Amino acid sequence: MTLTADPGLAKHALTTMWTIRRFEEAVDDMFARGLMHGTMHLSIGQEAVPTGACMALSEGDYITSTHRGHGHCIAKGAKLDAMMAELLAKETGYCRGRGGSMHIADVATGNLGANGIVAGGVPIAAGAGLAVRMRGGSQVVVSFFGDGAVNEGAWHEGVNLAAIWDLPVVFVCENNRYGMSMSVDRAFNVDTLAERARGYGIPGVTVDGNDPQAVHDVVTDAVQRARSGGGPSFVEALTYRWKGHSKSDKNLYRTREEIESWRERDPIAAFESAVTGAAAATAPSVPPALSESDVEECRILARDRVREAIRTASAAPDADAATLTDAVYAPAGAPIAGGTRG
Amino acid sequence: MTTTSDVGTGAVTAAGTEPVTGGAAAGGTAPAVAEPRTLTYSEAVREAMAQAMTADESVFLFGEDVGTYGGAFGVSGDLVHRFGTERVRDTPISELGIVGAAVGAGLAGMRPIVEIQFSDFTAQAMDQIANQAAKIHFMLGGAATVPMVLRAPGGSGTGAAAQHSQSLEAWFAHVPGLKVVMPSTAADAKGLLLSAIDDPNPVIVLEHKLLYKQSGPVPEDPVRVPLGETAVRRTGADVTIVATGVMVPRALEAAERLATDGVSAAVLDPRTLRPLDDQTIVDSVAATGRALLVQEAPRTGGFMSEIAARIVESPAFGRLQAPVSRLCGLDVPIPYAPQLEQAAVPQVDDIVAKAGELVRRW
Ligand SMILES: Cc1ncc(C[n+]2csc(CCOP(=O)(O)OP(=O)(O)O)c2C)c(N)n1
Ligand SMILES: [Mg+2]
Repeated sequence: MTLTADPGLAKHALTTMWTIRRFEEAVDDMFARGLMHGTMHLSIGQEAVPTGACMALSEGDYITSTHRGHGHCIAKGAKLDAMMAELLAKETGYCRGRGGSMHIADVATGNLGANGIVAGGVPIAAGAGLAVRMRGGSQVVVSFFGDGAVNEGAWHEGVNLAAIWDLPVVFVCENNRYGMSMSVDRAFNVDTLAERARGYGIPGVTVDGNDPQAVHDVVTDAVQRARSGGGPSFVEALTYRWKGHSKSDKNLYRTREEIESWRERDPIAAFESAVTGAAAATAPSVPPALSESDVEECRILARDRVREAIRTASAAPDADAATLTDAVYAPAGAPIAGGTRG
Repeated sequence: MTTTSDVGTGAVTAAGTEPVTGGAAAGGTAPAVAEPRTLTYSEAVREAMAQAMTADESVFLFGEDVGTYGGAFGVSGDLVHRFGTERVRDTPISELGIVGAAVGAGLAGMRPIVEIQFSDFTAQAMDQIANQAAKIHFMLGGAATVPMVLRAPGGSGTGAAAQHSQSLEAWFAHVPGLKVVMPSTAADAKGLLLSAIDDPNPVIVLEHKLLYKQSGPVPEDPVRVPLGETAVRRTGADVTIVATGVMVPRALEAAERLATDGVSAAVLDPRTLRPLDDQTIVDSVAATGRALLVQEAPRTGGFMSEIAARIVESPAFGRLQAPVSRLCGLDVPIPYAPQLEQAAVPQVDDIVAKAGELVRRW
């Protein structure tokens, strides 16, 4: 599907990216003002990857996410107020204030969860794919992870299981050039991370992760392959994190110029140019999908959604310490989340 | 009460407490130095590593972001600029590989120090820790040694939630062949780490995130604090509080408050769980007749259960005036919300209440 040609899709993609951006800017600001606690990993600059990838998914499909997971969550359709409430440690948050940013999950939309453990979600995605297969389902699992995760043992074991069992999984690597301070140049001895796929006998492609269309195209192919029993694929999306790794990052390992050069490749600005026909590269024969005022509408919609989420979440009751030990074990007979059996 | 233990330089940290002068520092390594300067706990760890690297070419540090970044908690700081990228080596995110490489480097003549960013991620490396490092010396009939140190911060209190806040000392203490260290003061952070580096065995040093910024006097010289000596942080007649990690300063604060209430509490800090100096603990409990064992880790299967067992198996059993009592973290993963996180682990108020109750009720 061409996101830039269809007004509906273009609006959806743009609004999603703006929502992720505005959500994280708001979170960044609240954190700086001491209204939010813990730590925070922001994906500002990387919005095109979850947006393009999740638009290739259907209802019922699964994702596994990471410590830098707000974008995945939003793109998969999570409720902003429940996300915000979680970050504000409220009882109405996705995890009732137990999990915070690094553990948000939205099982109802197939989001099996962010993860505090690098590569923790990769074998879990293989397992979800196995469950789909065993239940005779048609869902696909997209596993998001960073470049750093690709050097964890869990990554290799998870990808191999998916490969040997032909599981319906798409492994989406957000290669933002760093795992904390470790650059991919220092952490890998291969030119592209997609090369790793060959070692497991699955297709691997590298795409421009700042272009939602490019991400969407390759993930769509991979999802179709997975859904039709063709097994897993690996997609490496090249992108960049504008903000520090977390709150304590002094950015000593990269230059201001490098950060600036990537900010100039803002995925949202580029997409806006593409959909309004402002980008010179756009084929002149295709009429622009969106007008300037459509674009402005998307921005305002995103801003208002985030504001509303903050309002709703702030008014909610704080997480309740009286029930702290309630959910350590599931009660006997508790329903199995994430899908029906059979 | 008796104080058989070394307390090390600056071991009595609570202002206004009765100073404990437990004789010369055990090991006899403490020179007569002038008033020690003050360092933070994390600076003390860094100084120990720097002094060890300066003294011994075979000592080196590696781990995720220990180089230019200076470590996830800033502990390695500027070491990469002082010792270079060969000896202060950044690694990919590969805990199992890193610890395994430390085992191998140790077997082949180096003295590696590995930093794991959060103690929770030792889970990734557990095969190399528990099945390899811990057992090689024994399995080979003593023919080889694994002189490695694994440093990792544990504990809650930073809002980092369930996968970044655990207190896992019991995992390691349960494995014969590992030594387990939990420093609670800046001086011990340095002195115990130096001993750990000297040691021919794998030593797990569990630092505490909340202590990194705490300051205390630290000798400038590389003064070793021997492994296996319980520190008596405060003497007392009515109850012996045994605490580890960040619970030590909390217990000291509690003891201070208990004192104003007429309850005299001793505070003991084992400092190393393996080897464990249980004699000092048993002696103190025999004198006070009451033991309150405080840990941040969840109650079930925690290390304080081991200390409780040592007490009741000892002659101190006959001197007990109250049941041996534990105050532990709840049996729950550490939650994110600050009010829940606080409720999940013992706070000063809890220690005051529990110790007061032990003394008044029995
Ligand atoms: C097993 C494990 N090791 C280390 C960490 C600490 N850590 C959290 S995120 C991170 C960097 C991850 O890099 P990458 O996978 O590239 O994701 P990015 O942060 O760039 O999105 C590190 C080292 C962790 N959470 N889990
Ligand atoms: Mg990365």
